[in-house]
Amino acid sequence: MSTATHKLLKGATGEWEMVIGMEIHAQVTSNSKLFSGASTAFGGDPNTHVSLVDAAMPGMLPVINEECVSQAVRTGLGLNAKINLRSVFDRKNYFYPDLPQGYQISQYKSPVVGEGEVQLELDGGRSVTIGIERLHLEQDAGKLLHDQSPTMTYVDLNRSGVALMEIVSKPDIRDAEQAKAYVTKLRSILRYLGTCDGDMEKGSLRADVNVSVRKPGGPLGTRCEIKNMNSIAFIGQAIEYEARRQIEILEDGGSIDQETRLYDPNKGETRSMRSKEEAHDYRYFPDPDLLPLEFSQSFVDELKAKLPELPDQKKARFVADLGLSAYDASVLVAERESAEFYETVLSGLANRARDGKVAANWVINELFGRLNKESREITGSPVNAAQLAAIIDLIGEGTISGKIAKDLFEIVWQEGGDPRALVESRGMKQVTDLSAIEKVVDDIIAANPDKAAQVKDKPQSLGWFVGQVMKSSGGKANPQAVNDILKSKLGI
Amino acid sequence: MSVDAVTVRRIAHLARIAVRDDEVSHLQGELNAMLAFVEQLSEVNVEGVEPMTSVTPMEMKKRQDVVNDGEIADDIVANAPATEGHFFLVPKVVE
Repeated sequence: MSTATHKLLKGATGEWEMVIGMEIHAQVTSNSKLFSGASTAFGGDPNTHVSLVDAAMPGMLPVINEECVSQAVRTGLGLNAKINLRSVFDRKNYFYPDLPQGYQISQYKSPVVGEGEVQLELDGGRSVTIGIERLHLEQDAGKLLHDQSPTMTYVDLNRSGVALMEIVSKPDIRDAEQAKAYVTKLRSILRYLGTCDGDMEKGSLRADVNVSVRKPGGPLGTRCEIKNMNSIAFIGQAIEYEARRQIEILEDGGSIDQETRLYDPNKGETRSMRSKEEAHDYRYFPDPDLLPLEFSQSFVDELKAKLPELPDQKKARFVADLGLSAYDASVLVAERESAEFYETVLSGLANRARDGKVAANWVINELFGRLNKESREITGSPVNAAQLAAIIDLIGEGTISGKIAKDLFEIVWQEGGDPRALVESRGMKQVTDLSAIEKVVDDIIAANPDKAAQVKDKPQSLGWFVGQVMKSSGGKANPQAVNDILKSKLGI
Repeated sequence: MSVDAVTVRRIAHLARIAVRDDEVSHLQGELNAMLAFVEQLSEVNVEGVEPMTSVTPMEMKKRQDVVNDGEIADDIVANAPATEGHFFLVPKVVE
């Protein structure tokens, strides 16, 4: 990898390179839990979404949810990864009140998905490939509340047993920007696939970030793991802080302790979470309650045939078929909902080939801009895709000018209604009647003889005339016609 | 393979079993006897034999993705020594 693709950190002894790997825990979208028939719904009264299996009552046996398996396979396919037709569930043993079994059912030596890769596009057209080491299925733990009482911890097992996919990257990430881009891209892929809702605030997507530093090209340093990050912005901040902390220690002649750390966003620092003597010893062994997970290649092929179009493919199609710029296409495909909105606009257009690009501009500039201003989601846009398509049709067919279209957009945003009917009822139609425009032009030239005389020497002052004509026509004159008529009348 | 007294204490700690000092040497002897017994397996040549995960050649049973369990919070916490509003209560643990 060339240094151009990533940032190096300057220390007192020269430059340092970050080496970052990530474990992402993504909650699988399913109705019921990985090994029980209890609901996965978020919230709910304490311990209501809990079966006797999830509470680890004696004698209960886990039975795997086949949809969770399908979701893991879909995700593997979306990451261009090797799908293992045979994998094994293991017990990862540890004691903690959020884990009633005393072990987490996970996959250790034989995960359901093997090596894959994710393509990242960075600013300035740079791109990097991040390797995926593996993806495995495992159970989530329950939730602990520490602030309800001074002496007791409250335990709610509603989340206990919900299926998680742990997606482990190779240590291919080289700086905070790449790390953020990686989580963003992975989240986007998961949401397109419908295998995880990607809601980081609700904890559906959490990342453990492994950070170490080294001299560029040198041997790997000792890493620290920053646990349980649930914000992309904080991931970036935590990496920057942690790398600088390590560099400082190393340059002072110290050494890095391999340890787990937590990021405190209020203080902007990471701090040690567990002391070394408590280093975990999980004593993995195959879960005797579960047979190996086996499925056929045709099961995989069927899932593959039904995969939705993923962001990279969609982007390529927008560029190739509609002539969008790579940047515009990537803005549109970044969120599944935005891409769906844009495609609904496209399907509402009278002339997709002519106006597809215009539609992209409108979605990205006018719509996103307006949504951002009011902190709204695209799913709650006051202007729906059909209305926007109608506005773009009206521009494309020359009924209204781009400027009037912005006014129309604002009216539809505020009041709703059918854009075509609004243009009629409010007299917003563009004046294409040349004689009407000519009359306005004549009036303005007659009223400004000095300026008309100067325009031959100062062609740029033509803009002033265009502005006057547009103003006097209430913005409804066809700008191209105005330009043409002005030029001929002014003799330039 | 054999275990020393430190390992016995560590295994007990990991399993959250309280072991008194005067029990350690007895447990060490028992564990080592078990390990020696299992060790006999290493005499068998298993070259090319796949590890057996089940004694019966059957496929893992799978469930449909339907919610047909839960909503039994009373039962879930029925045997807990301390509860409040259907939460389990445990002595405070904070990392």
